[in-house]
Amino acid sequence: MSEIKQASAACVPTPSSGESEEETKIAVQNLDLFYGDFHALHGVNMDIPANQITAFIGPSGCGKSTLLRTLNRMNDLVEGCRIEGVVALDGENIYAKGTDVNHLRRRVGMVFQKPNPFPMSVYDNVAFGPRTHGIKGKEELDGIVENALRKAAIWDELKDRLKKSALGLSGGQQQRLCIARALAVEPEVLLMDEATSALDPLSTGRIEDLAVELKKDYTVVMVTHNMQQAARISDKCAFFLLGDLVEYGDTQMLFSHPVDKRTEDYITGRFG
Amino acid sequence: MKSIKETVAKVLFTAAAGVSILAVALICVFLFASGVPAIAEIGPLEFLTGTVWKPGSDIYGILPMILGSIYATLGALVIGVPIGLFCAVYLSRFASPRVKRLLTPGVELLAGIPSVIYGFFGLVVLVPLIRQVFHVQGMSLLAASIILGVMILPTIITVARNSLDAVPESYYEGALALGADHERSVFRVLVPAAGSGIMAGVVLGVGRAIGETMAVVMIAGNQVQIPNSLLDGVRTLTTNIVMEMGYAADLHRDALIATAVVLFVFVLVINLVFAALNARSKK
Repeated sequence: MSEIKQASAACVPTPSSGESEEETKIAVQNLDLFYGDFHALHGVNMDIPANQITAFIGPSGCGKSTLLRTLNRMNDLVEGCRIEGVVALDGENIYAKGTDVNHLRRRVGMVFQKPNPFPMSVYDNVAFGPRTHGIKGKEELDGIVENALRKAAIWDELKDRLKKSALGLSGGQQQRLCIARALAVEPEVLLMDEATSALDPLSTGRIEDLAVELKKDYTVVMVTHNMQQAARISDKCAFFLLGDLVEYGDTQMLFSHPVDKRTEDYITGRFG
Repeated sequence: MKSIKETVAKVLFTAAAGVSILAVALICVFLFASGVPAIAEIGPLEFLTGTVWKPGSDIYGILPMILGSIYATLGALVIGVPIGLFCAVYLSRFASPRVKRLLTPGVELLAGIPSVIYGFFGLVVLVPLIRQVFHVQGMSLLAASIILGVMILPTIITVARNSLDAVPESYYEGALALGADHERSVFRVLVPAAGSGIMAGVVLGVGRAIGETMAVVMIAGNQVQIPNSLLDGVRTLTTNIVMEMGYAADLHRDALIATAVVLFVFVLVINLVFAALNARSKK
């Protein structure tokens, strides 16, 4: 990984480090983030490759979720949050003036830690996004809903319950419904913020399988506090500590031959 | 071992609770004991569907008053619900903290104004205005609806706002994360999510409007008639009682108490609906 020093707001197609042909989907360059006076992320640089699963790991409060939420600008909601540096999606800085945040969030979908289906029917949950973006035809919506539920591997379970309230589903089903809801707006990137931490092992397994399946069509970025999960399914892994990106690289390498002592200490369970 | 303090406290609390229950029970007993025999004597059908109210001839039909109460309440809802709902949405999801600090006590003050002042305001401002604009007498269903509409605002705003504030933030974030803008997230996700709570506020407003007496008696005209237009005078169940209670005797007096029984049943039903909605919104 070559480090990029420039932090201009211009479009910067990020050169990747020769050896692999992977295409960079999101390039984070010299990113500093402040909550008021608190300096939560320190000069983070990383290229997130397309069609792979990138995992952020690290102890609580290390900034991994914060970084994830800068990728679709959910941190805009936090009062006193200030961001310096560049986050480029396909080479375009999403923090440039005049960025359409709603359009950005359409391209970069998100699944939250706690399943948050809306208190409406399964169908209306999945159709919410497409409807928001102007799709009205019933047949078209039906198709989108079915397609999204199939992609989220929950169509067979829910096809007879489309009109039932989403709140009656189990936690694991709710989370997969939320993934379907996010997929229904046809995003390019899917952010998963500890998406399995509230679920039982069986549901967790299904969502992990799903994430692996989804990376064919999407770029998946996930935050997890579960190192086994990161080791199991991610291609790239980034280790954060106290707002610093300590180490970032291929998951296998990071777990077998960590370069930094702190990474080694963390993954061998010496702290965290 | 229980201390004396604990025992005393328990007795005290139980007594306080008992007094409240006793008050409700006594009112029920009094109302039904005097009212129900009167209804029986007049005849339930004649009483509830009769359109003539002539105490001098012992004719007691309260349909005009029932309709008067319903019309005035509906009118109040037409005015109060949209304004109250939008105000609640604004306070909950749009207003800056500064505006909130300014507006919230304002809404609370609205709730604290005695009803006679509402009535007085209606009498000296609203009624003359209606008189001028429509060239009618002025005291009317319209005047009562407008004043009642304003009077139920604080109820609707407070209850609706509380239920909007209680909607989990995760719904809002979820909607934004799908690319919905603030307005759409609020009106398509948060407001429906707060639906039962908002309805509970409306129902509570209905209760307030249908029971209001003082403000209405000053501006509604109080003629015993089924109003044909918004500009006609109207008499409600409450004003029927307050207008004649002072001099009524015998069956006339009992017929007024029977009017109160009808009102009481209305309010009881409203409260049951409110409780049901509340239970649903807590789920």
